[in-house]
Amino acid sequence: MSSVAVVDSVASVFAQVVPASAAETTFDVPANVVFAVQAVFMIFAAIRVVTTKNVVHAALWLVVVLGGVGLNYVLLQAEFVAVTQFLVYLGAVIVLFLFGVMLTRAPLGVSEDLDNNQKKIGIGVGVALLGVLTYALIESFGRSELTFAAYSGTSEVNTNGRTQALSDTIFSQYLIPFEMLSLLLLAALIGAIVLARRD
Amino acid sequence: MLLNQFLLLSAILFSIGVYGVIVRKNGVLVLMSIELVLNAVNINLIVFSTYWGNSGQVFALFTIAIAAAEVGVGLAIVLLIYRNQRSVDIDELDELKG
Repeated sequence: MSSVAVVDSVASVFAQVVPASAAETTFDVPANVVFAVQAVFMIFAAIRVVTTKNVVHAALWLVVVLGGVGLNYVLLQAEFVAVTQFLVYLGAVIVLFLFGVMLTRAPLGVSEDLDNNQKKIGIGVGVALLGVLTYALIESFGRSELTFAAYSGTSEVNTNGRTQALSDTIFSQYLIPFEMLSLLLLAALIGAIVLARRD
Repeated sequence: MLLNQFLLLSAILFSIGVYGVIVRKNGVLVLMSIELVLNAVNINLIVFSTYWGNSGQVFALFTIAIAAAEVGVGLAIVLLIYRNQRSVDIDELDELKG
């Protein structure tokens, strides 16, 4: 929550400094600085997740990536999803991963035996995929601007309104998928218990 | 802010995740790479929800819940593999090879 508050206060300060005409269309400089810093951290951490030779360190680098994704959600004004991301991923999934590491008695120190001999194929596929995706994205979206109505408009489109609209959408248009999701979670819970218990 | 800066960041994370799935041998690490891929997709959904409307956030929430379920079941399966094989090395699971 504190990161939300920090971004919020930075945003309100900036909204007073810049001329109204500039603030109406985009909300650029501080958000872009935050974005650039966390993007560098996230990419570095993601590369460490797939290259580090220590299983526990991989889980800890994953924390940086998942936290950065949550920060991205804050930047994109999806606060509810951001808080869910912090709770579910940083709170639950990482702990599950650490339990998985411990229960499978993974080598806790540095281990040379975590990668197979397909490194060249992996790099080739990754770079090719990135090239295709980059080409497609730049072709389709070019320099399209994201507009941030919440900090320049009136209270009608403020951030609380967005969360309210989100809940309205979930519980009207997407009610049946939402209920199916709870059934899926129940099935996954029972399935995991059945698979993991000793009989 | 440009739409593409988020989309390109998510494309980079996606590619790194795919690289991890291909290269890693340890089952838990493969699951972590899958998490990278799923999070990259989630960034896309949120960007487009900021661009067009609320539905993307709903789908991102669905993805988060399904990813949590997937990690639970996946780790149970990895644990089962460990109990049967005394190892979580994915490359050693070649009993169907004939």
